[in-house]
Amino acid sequence: MIGLVHFLTVAAIVFAIGLYGVLSKRTIVGILMSIELMLNAVNINLIAFSRFITPEVLTGQIFAIFTITVAAAEVAVGMAMIFRVYYDRNTVHAARLDEMRW
Amino acid sequence: MNELIYTVAFYIFAAITVAAAFGVVTKSNLVHSALLLALCFIGVSGLYVLLQADFLAAVQILIYNGAIAIVFVLGTMLTRRSSRHGTNDTEVNIPSRVVTLVSGLFVVVTLGVIATTPWHYSSGVIVEDTPSLLAQLILTDYMVVMEAAAVLLLAAMIGAIVLAKGVEE
Repeated sequence: MIGLVHFLTVAAIVFAIGLYGVLSKRTIVGILMSIELMLNAVNINLIAFSRFITPEVLTGQIFAIFTITVAAAEVAVGMAMIFRVYYDRNTVHAARLDEMRW
Repeated sequence: MNELIYTVAFYIFAAITVAAAFGVVTKSNLVHSALLLALCFIGVSGLYVLLQADFLAAVQILIYNGAIAIVFVLGTMLTRRSSRHGTNDTEVNIPSRVVTLVSGLFVVVTLGVIATTPWHYSSGVIVEDTPSLLAQLILTDYMVVMEAAAVLLLAAMIGAIVLAKGVEE
């Protein structure tokens, strides 16, 4: 019997993989991809809770829709920033973009 | 019999999702990562189908695979550098081991919390016709949020154009 716990487990694993990617990738494109993984894990959680805890209302699915909206906006702006940084600095390596480091 | 099919489908989609997500962060070629990311999104949309969120499964395929994965592939190809290193390397030093440890610890702690929390399952009737009810909710109870999301998308679109193209001062 597949229940809430199974879906939450998958989401937790995907979130941790995304967390690892955000903290360890060298290029900012890879970091952005890992952020998408984390957002997807959150969406799985929201929909699983909506299905198993409150199946008669769709609040979780509404939340997931807005999460997807924000994720799409985030990717658009993030990729634009990456293009800009690449145009100006000619690199997408996070370690070389350290002008603002104190 | 239905139960068995559901279980098998869950494990297939969960395996696709987790394996593809693992590939995204471990592959050293950024194009491979982007394509695996698309596969991961497909697995997630299969999980949505199993959770009876049919509309969101379609939205997941349309937006994540149709738009976000494509933008990632595009971005990868436009920012490619010819170097002897891979395009999507992972840091290999002491802090990165700490990061791996922290991520593993996160999984263990979260799984422990999930296993020990007493969930209050509801036995209410599951909504069958999600798209029409979602539309109703979005245009009534969550009207203001939808307007905010619309403004956010517009701002993101303008911001992305200005950032990527630049403006004449």
